[in-house]
Amino acid sequence: MELSLATRTVAEHTVLEVGGEVDVYTAPRLRERLIELVDAGARDVVVDLERVEFLDSTGLGVLVGALKRLRTAHGTFGLVCAKEPLLKIFRITALDQVFPIFSTVEAATERDGSGPAS
Amino acid sequence: MATVRLSFSPAPVHVRTARLVGVAVARRAGVDEALLDEVRLAIGEACTRAVALHRQYGLTDLVTVEMSDSGSYTVRVIDHAPIEASIGLTKLPPDELAAESLTEDDLTTGVGFALLAGFVDDLQVRPVEDGPGTEVRMVWPVTRR
Repeated sequence: MELSLATRTVAEHTVLEVGGEVDVYTAPRLRERLIELVDAGARDVVVDLERVEFLDSTGLGVLVGALKRLRTAHGTFGLVCAKEPLLKIFRITALDQVFPIFSTVEAATERDGSGPAS
Repeated sequence: MATVRLSFSPAPVHVRTARLVGVAVARRAGVDEALLDEVRLAIGEACTRAVALHRQYGLTDLVTVEMSDSGSYTVRVIDHAPIEASIGLTKLPPDELAAESLTEDDLTTGVGFALLAGFVDDLQVRPVEDGPGTEVRMVWPVTRR
């Protein structure tokens, strides 16, 4: 399935809902959208991966890039992911120790919920 | 023994095709359904790596994926980049993953290798037998014949 991207605002957080496959072909579109959001002033960003069917190292690289960008901008960055296959990818790469990962959008958007982008 | 061979120009758009074919052949070969997500990811990572190397070196040669089901399911992903290019395969420690100095490309390479090593029990990376290039060989057990 093609990549889908949709943005909404929840409790003063910018939530980017990602769906479909994030791979070496589609990840540049995700990167562009995240850069656009930060350039437009978003500082508390949550990426919702619940509808993602496939995520590879290129997609992970884009997410780390966004984390760094928001850290520089003194913002926050969190992920929503409850699917075990995706969580395993974060564990194997040790990126579960880098990203704040939440099981629901509500948990990620609680005030200070996503914490500093560190 | 059945073998399926797929060759594609080194463009990102074709990596998805390689994943789809690789999983379809794995399913037909009898790889456990529970392993298919890992097969999909590993083939994708190996092909992504090959495409990145060809583009880095300006090579238009085709990347080859060869799948065979003789006893087990074996996938070989073959690139034609200079062999020294493969030495950069390293697993990154967690505290370096978000380091400012690490470029996104380097991070992707390190994470890609971590995924290959993490998802494939039987993994070999070795030079191709003739000419420049590397073969990433991955083997999965077949449970249903």
